[in-house]
Amino acid sequence: MTQSSLSQPVRFVAGSNGKQFEEGPRKRLWRLARRTALPAAILIAWEAVTAAGWVSSASLPSPVSVAIAWWDWIFGPRQTLAWYSGTWGVYVLMSLERVAAGFAIASVTGVALGVLIGWYAVIDDLCDGLINFLRAVPMTAWVPFAVFIFGIHESAAIFLIAFGSFFPIVVNAAAGARQTPRILIRAARMLGTPPRRLLVRVVLPASLPSIFTGLRVGLGLAWVLVIVAEMLAVQGGLGYALWSAYQFSRLDLILAAIASVGGLGLVSDRIISLLAQRVLRWQSGSTGQ
Amino acid sequence: MSSLQPFIAFRNVQKSFRDAREGRIVRAIEDVSLDIDRGEFVTVIGPSGCGKTTLLNILAGFEQPSAGRVLLEGELIDGPGADRGVVFQEYALFPWLTLRQNVEYGPRERRLAASLIRDLTDRTLAMVRLAGADNRYPHELSGGMRQRAALARVLVNDPKILLMDEPFAALDAQTRARLQQEVARLWIETRKTVFFVTHSVEEAVLLGDRVIAMTANPGRLKADVRIDLPRPRDPTSAPFNDHRRALESLLTEPIAVEEMTVA
Repeated sequence: MTQSSLSQPVRFVAGSNGKQFEEGPRKRLWRLARRTALPAAILIAWEAVTAAGWVSSASLPSPVSVAIAWWDWIFGPRQTLAWYSGTWGVYVLMSLERVAAGFAIASVTGVALGVLIGWYAVIDDLCDGLINFLRAVPMTAWVPFAVFIFGIHESAAIFLIAFGSFFPIVVNAAAGARQTPRILIRAARMLGTPPRRLLVRVVLPASLPSIFTGLRVGLGLAWVLVIVAEMLAVQGGLGYALWSAYQFSRLDLILAAIASVGGLGLVSDRIISLLAQRVLRWQSGSTGQ
Repeated sequence: MSSLQPFIAFRNVQKSFRDAREGRIVRAIEDVSLDIDRGEFVTVIGPSGCGKTTLLNILAGFEQPSAGRVLLEGELIDGPGADRGVVFQEYALFPWLTLRQNVEYGPRERRLAASLIRDLTDRTLAMVRLAGADNRYPHELSGGMRQRAALARVLVNDPKILLMDEPFAALDAQTRARLQQEVARLWIETRKTVFFVTHSVEEAVLLGDRVIAMTANPGRLKADVRIDLPRPRDPTSAPFNDHRRALESLLTEPIAVEEMTVA
């Protein structure tokens, strides 16, 4: 029995390296309350405003009616007449597949080319102008082009997502590679690493923090672009649902779709930052406050 | 190769840099010739800007001389190699590798057998008194431990020469004193050739068989002093202080004269 467990909210956890102090249950509860307070307040105010009749339910559906519509969208029976009934799972899967495919292509090509650009001046000179020009074009401007080339087809959506999220990934990977400390290059050389192996041994690991920054931004952009692509270029998916709901004047479904996209974006961002934490555990405790 | 051939030979080495801001050529090293024998502990001392680190970088193969050449066992040095291990002031451990992985880096690059790598690493970690912290990352180690790790990382490669570039300048006085003792002990155990750059006269006399003193603007050899004090050396003893005082006056006097001529 230790004294500290009763009297002190902060206690030492032996054996762990990074965070040596764990929060007590009271402090955790307090933090949870702080984190949920604002969203809860908004929901309550929204429900109150609609319940009081200050705005008509046609111009703003209540949170409860959004939840009911969402329920139908998820669990309702599949019907030919009501496009939304029971389609949520299929649409989420379609959007997820497109994001996954586009983002995977962008990650692999973006990291590979970025590290090469950052390390080899020749490749930098070759690509710099083109990449900066293409980066300056808003991704939505590519939609007509993509539909023209690929038609109303999966490949149009995947092209847009891959192409759009490629740029933040390549730029961040290049920046990371450029900032490789020279002393680490020298250290590797005097330990016997030949010049051609420096890229893999030193430049790539040294760039990882930047690479993950680029991946996070790129993934966020992938979600933007999947919605755009599904509104304009392909059928099915959450963006398609958003646009259909708009055409049928179903604001409740629009809001449900927005919440779905937000939730998926949040979850995928959490996954990638957890992955980053794992891969970058060598710098845990040495960054930030 | 004759037995008279020096182990390391600097032959009329010059190094010039282009000062990017002022757009003129700065001469860092002017005509340095120097022989070093196998097994010698050479300390190089001088004010900042005297080119002592540049001399080390040329010997390491990180930089090429503008004129002249550097030979190791008669072979021209034209790039870095595992036969010349460098210990940097900033440690330069790979932050993404654990202590043990940092030490294993060299043997892995040389594709040694896994069991041999394990043995070598264990032995070297014990030699620098670092056993037990294997799985920590560099940022979790103290400055002294990092520099021990940096030392282990090159010792495990069994280099012909150990190049040390002000390795203890960033450490607190106690840690520095302890590591100086350890380096002296390691040198007695291994009898490696050491090229040790420092700006501390005391450190130079404490560790070196031979102290090379340099002057700045441009970097030139000023003196080559043999230190015949028995080891381990006591920095408070009278003979030690005699050597130290002699070296200090050697370093300060000519510079004062030069400054006067400039002004």
